[in-house]
Parts: sequence; C-alpha cells; structure tokens
Amino acid sequence: MGDVYRALADPTRRALLDALTATDGQTLFALCAALLERGLSPTRQAVSQHLTVLEEAGLVRVRREGRYKFHDLDTRPLREIARRWPVPEE
Amino acid sequence: MPKVSYCSVFVDDQDRALQFYRDLLGFELKHDVPLGEHRWLTLTAPGDPEGTQLLLEPAEHPAVKPFRAALVEDGIPATAFGVDDVTAEVERLAGRGVTVVMPPTPTGPVTMAVVDDSCGNLIQLFS
Repeated sequence: MGDVYRALADPTRRALLDALTATDGQTLFALCAALLERGLSPTRQAVSQHLTVLEEAGLVRVRREGRYKFHDLDTRPLREIARRWPVPEE
Repeated sequence: MPKVSYCSVFVDDQDRALQFYRDLLGFELKHDVPLGEHRWLTLTAPGDPEGTQLLLEPAEHPAVKPFRAALVEDGIPATAFGVDDVTAEVERLAGRGVTVVMPPTPTGPVTMAVVDDSCGNLIQLFS
C-alpha cells in the first residue's frame, strides 16, 4: 500500500478524485477530459502516472471490462486519517 | 489546394463495419469495389456525397492489433464525428445495442461521448 498522504498532496490527483466522485468508472481518456473541464491540462502520460500513485495508495481501483479499463474511486483508505486524528462533533 | 479526401478506420470485418457505419450511424455508401478478398469500401456523410469519404480499411497489418488494443483500453477514440445532439444520438445508438464507453460529457465548448464500433475501434461523437 502506497502513502495515502503523498497521494493526496498533489492538486492534480485531488482533481482526479473529485472527477471520480462526480462520475465513477472512467477511462483514462474520460479522466483527461474531466481535468480539462476543471481547468487543468496535464499530458495523458502525466495523468496515467498520477492514477498509478492513486492506485498504489488504494484510492483508485482499476477494473478491466472486456477490452476497456475503467477507474473506480475507493475512499476507504481515508478512514485512517479520521481514526488517527478523530474529528470532534460540532 | 489539398483537401481531406479520405479518413480511414481499420476494421476487423468489413460487413460488420458497414452495418455499424451505414445502418446504425447513418453514413451513406459511396464506393464498394471488390479488391481480392477485401473491398474498397467508402462512405460519406448523409446528404454530402462529394464530402470526405470514410474508408473502412481491413485491419490486417500486424501493427494494427496492438495499437488499437492499447487505445481502446484507455478509452481513446480512433476518430470523431459531429452530430446535432450527442445526448439524443447516444441514447438512440444504445437502444440499438451499441456499447457506450463514455456517456455524453460536457467538455468546454462541446459535449462528447465515446461508443464502440464493434469492429475494433472507439468512436467519439460530439455536439
């Protein structure tokens, strides 16, 4: 399992998580378009590398369906943050 | 003055490709000339018989398969066609059994979607 904190430290990776929160199960092509819509325009190769970091941190899961590869969001690794620094109720 | 005469897509099966591009998408047949075991098969946009021809080219070269597989895996379209209303068009195609890989998605000035042509390629539609 990679470092969830390092994965969250990059604004492009946070934008990818935002894009997957809005629409789960996206291809690399669709995620590049989603970043463009959010005013970011990293290269496709950079997006691919960011997705690898997110996958290693367990925040993104890759699902192969036939000949396509889709990316799904998995925010379970974020629970560790709230366990380590519990957030008091208001 | 050069112009874009042909735009080609590699297809696994020319008969199935004709079904997709003519019968489902609505392109019109321009040339269907027998050439050995394959055909010189081109189509044009409806109502534009002198326009750019879409050439349905047999995907026989060994480099085509890995190239296309890598593009399809990442959801990258082989080419793009403009339509009047991409949302309505994708809904119509899905109703006729076409696989939608990326639903209509707003991207800046255009809304685009990606569908599978069933003969090896992803095709982008936009409006």
